[in-house]
This record gives sequence, structure tokens and C-alpha cells, in this order.
Amino acid sequence: MALDQDQVRNIAELCRLQIDDSQIADYQKNLSSILDLVNQLAAANTDGVEPMAHPLDAVQRLRADLVTEDNQREHFQQIAPATDQGYYLVPRVVE
Amino acid sequence: MHNKTIAQISRDLAAGEYSSVEITQHLLDRIAQQDSTYNAFITVTAEQALAQAKAADENRAAGNASVWTGVPMAHKDVFCTNGVLTTCGSKMLSNFVAPYDATVVSNFNNAGAVSLGKLNMDEFAMGSSNENSFFGPVKNPWNHDCVPGGSSGGSAAAVAARLVPGATATDTGGSIRQPASFCGVTGIKPTYGRVSRWGMIAYASSLDQGGAIARSSEDAAMMLNVMASFDPKDSTCVDQAVPDYTANLNDSVEGLTIGLPKEYFRDDLSAEMQQQIRDAVAEYEKMGAKVKEISLPNTHLAIPSYYVIAPAECSANLSRMDGVRFGHRCEDPKDINDLYKRSRGEGFGEEVKRRIMVGAYTLSAGFYDAYYKQAQQVRRLVKNDFVAAFKDVDVIMGPTAPSPAFKAGEKTSDPVAMYLEDIFTIALNLAGLPGMSIPCGQINGLPVGLQLIGNYFNESRLLNLGHQFQQATDWHLKTPAGLV
Repeated sequence: MALDQDQVRNIAELCRLQIDDSQIADYQKNLSSILDLVNQLAAANTDGVEPMAHPLDAVQRLRADLVTEDNQREHFQQIAPATDQGYYLVPRVVE
Repeated sequence: MHNKTIAQISRDLAAGEYSSVEITQHLLDRIAQQDSTYNAFITVTAEQALAQAKAADENRAAGNASVWTGVPMAHKDVFCTNGVLTTCGSKMLSNFVAPYDATVVSNFNNAGAVSLGKLNMDEFAMGSSNENSFFGPVKNPWNHDCVPGGSSGGSAAAVAARLVPGATATDTGGSIRQPASFCGVTGIKPTYGRVSRWGMIAYASSLDQGGAIARSSEDAAMMLNVMASFDPKDSTCVDQAVPDYTANLNDSVEGLTIGLPKEYFRDDLSAEMQQQIRDAVAEYEKMGAKVKEISLPNTHLAIPSYYVIAPAECSANLSRMDGVRFGHRCEDPKDINDLYKRSRGEGFGEEVKRRIMVGAYTLSAGFYDAYYKQAQQVRRLVKNDFVAAFKDVDVIMGPTAPSPAFKAGEKTSDPVAMYLEDIFTIALNLAGLPGMSIPCGQINGLPVGLQLIGNYFNESRLLNLGHQFQQATDWHLKTPAGLV
């Protein structure tokens, strides 16, 4: 299944991935060949087959709703690119 | 000293043949002298290793030693290590000093093991050749022109090159077994949920599983004894008692039935490969095992199913890498969208970007049923093949990979050709079954791996079969030519 270049640009935008224009053709070729590979799935007869989300068909384990973690904000923010007064800094999003 | 196995080192330390500090220093020196050739390590933690070794020696002197006290090993760089760089092979995390230990890392620390550092890997564990690492490719110790396999290429190469006796690794589609096969070492991927994923950087969460690479089945069993645990912090970890994986190594294999899937021995598998695998199976027949041909009719659908499910899960998991809380951030972002796009665009390599994009596409509105749902249905068909087969056989055997190690650069320009490398390994991840690769022969001086596939939670049987093979043959003792 062939994707066109606009589709590749649109997917990259949805994924928040900056892709150089010079590379779009490469991504177009490779993504199309990967989709060709996965399109072999269409030939499988899966009528009435329950989708399998977990190899052991396990269900989500629950725990009591109790505090189990101490606040480690300062520890975790040591590795952040930019913080101020306990907040993570990003470019202005509200005018 | 570097040729010793984990079991030997453990016994030697107990007998006082040498100290943990001595063997740790010996291996650190060896890494310093030789790893520029292999590039197996991303980070060597010499100072911490020697501190751990000293503490281990003190504990032993105080009478507080167990089998792992002072035994050196190393971690794949996918496992978070508190205060130590944890890159996952990516530029995105090239500045990420993990603020906590993965459960697997804690388990080894608590057992008294000494970690020598962090091992190279394909970026975010996506790859079959270790050519996708931001920190450069890893060389196969058997032939430096060849790849070591991937994604745990650093783990397999370090163990094969005698830089470390054992290493942790992870396997989402074959990433323990295929590099073990290419590097002539022993690798085990346990049942899904057997080893905690907490602190193991996620690629595809319903497939990822931690495991071990070592030079013998006995050593792999010793590693799994430490790694496997129930962990409330991983909600998919299985709450089931952990057996002593070394307890059944010496069991007889007489009377066991080995299944050989006809789909794994098709004409496109070279005659040489077929012969190597059949010779290995014949060893088991000599020990009294029986052989039965079986069929896994949905084998050909495993790779297409995987390349929907894994990219879908990775597109979700890797959305946390956004340049805000940790990891790479682009210079001077002009707005929040620019921050996300350039941080991710600069931080991720091409294969990672491709998989994120495939995942986002197949999950997008209108395509979900045709791709993700269909893939999850096929996944059950793949599992059902194995469930049916295990009604008749005790273990399934076949090749780990379609060939011995291939040349570096041979498959880098064609992602789909690289994906087909995992044709024999990927179905186990979809099914969640345990699998193991042991060296069983050589073609043109390169190792060939025999894959052993067990039923759920039957790791002990695989390790037993591996050990019995290694008692009868010496393929696991072969050393790369020129290795000093």
C-alpha cells in the first residue's frame, strides 16, 4: 500500500516528529513497504476470534487506594531540561 | 579469569580463590583494553563496581555471602540504574541519569552482584543488528565484519568476548535469542510477566520481557533466579511462585517429546542450517527424547501481526519522550509544538521514527479494525497454534534465526528485510511463551543457535534441556578465533 508524501507529512505531524523535507521520500518508500508487509493480515480469517490483548489473558490487578509513594518532585526534576518553583517550563502556551 | 562462568566464579569466591575486587578489576581492565574493538558498553561504572565488589568482599568476610555475592555482570542500557546514565541506545536519553533502579537492577544489587556498566543496544530495543544505536554499532566477536544481532547486541557481544560472564537483556520480538544465536552464547526469554518490567524502558508493553544472556544454561538459570520475581509495581507481572531454576538442570530428558514445526524447516531455510538443527535434535534423541513433526499453521502471520501491535504500543509508549520532563530538548523552541517536534525529531533515530509513524497510522480513525483489531485476532491464532502443539509435545525446537550473523550494512537500507530476521522468534512474544537459544553448531566459523520453545512458565524445562545439551556437547565452550 503506497502512502503519498502528504500522508507522510500528516502522520509525522500527528506524531510530533520533525522530518526534513529531503527525507520524506525515504519515509514514504519505507513506510509503504512496511504497510505492504502488515497488509498480509487482511488474508487471515479471523471471524469470531476474540482479540488478544494479553498473552495470559490476565485482567488488570487492582490495589487498595492508599498513598504508597512519597513526594519526590525535587529528585525527579533534577533531570528536567527547565524548571521553576517546582514547575516544568515550556514555551508560552497561553497568551 | 575472564573465561570463568558465573557458577565457577561463585564457587571460586566462596573458596577464597580470589576476591570480588580482584575479578572485578580484571574484567574492568579487560573492558578498558578491548571494548574499543566491540563497542559493547555504553557506560562503564568502574567506581561503583569496585565499591560493590569491596562491599561484597566485606560481607563475605563477615559470613554474609550467598551465591551471587561479588559476582560481576552488566545490564542492558534499557534498565534504569539510579544515578547512572541510562540511554536506551538513543540520543533522546543521552543525558538521562535515571532517578531510580529498575526492579531487575534492584534484584541483582540485593543479591550482592557487581554491575560493571551498561550495555549497547538498538535504539529503544528496535532492531535486529545493533546498527540502530546512537552510540554506534557493536561488532560480533566471531567476525568483526558481522553484526552481533539485536536489539541486545551489546549484551551478547560482551558475554561472547569474555568482557563479562553474564548480562541482562530484553526480548520483544527476538532481542535476546537472535543476538545469543549470532554470538554463540546462551540466552533465555522467560514467559511474559515472569520478570518485572518496572524501570525497563518500554517499547511494546504487551510483548517486552526481560531475560538473561550468559555462556551456559546453568549460568542463565542462576541469573533468572535473581531476575524473576513478583513485582506489585508492574501490573502485568505474574503473581506466581518463582522456582529454583537450577534445581532441575540435571533431570533426564528421556521420554520427552520434541516437536519440530514443519513451517520452521521450509525449503527457504538453507540445507546447512537444516542440517545443523537436525544434528542438534539428534543429540537429544541419543539421550532418549522422541521427535514428532508438528504444524504451527499461522507462523507466516506472526511478523505482520507483530508489526502492527509493536509499533502501535511504541507510538503510545514513546510519547512520553517530549523534551519537557527529561531527555533531549531542542535549542530555542519557538512554541510548544516546535518544542515537541524538534526535540523528538532530533532525539529519535530513523527506525524509531518509522515505528512510531506506523503505529500512529494503524491506530488512526478508520483503520483500527483493519489493523490493530485484526492483528490482535491473528495474535490469538498464533497463540492457539502453540496451545494445540503443546498437547502433543513437551518442547518445540527449531532454528533461532534463518542464518548465522550477517554482514554489517547488509540489511540497513531495507527495514522489511531486517524484520524478516525475526521470523522464528517473534511468534513466541505474541504468544507470551518462554524461549531460549543455545549454540549448537557453526557455519563458516559463525555460531548457529538452536531455539527451544517451552510451555508457559516452563523455563526450568528449557534450562534443563539446555544444560543437558551442554553436558553432551562443547559448542557453548567454543571461543571466537583471536580472542585473547
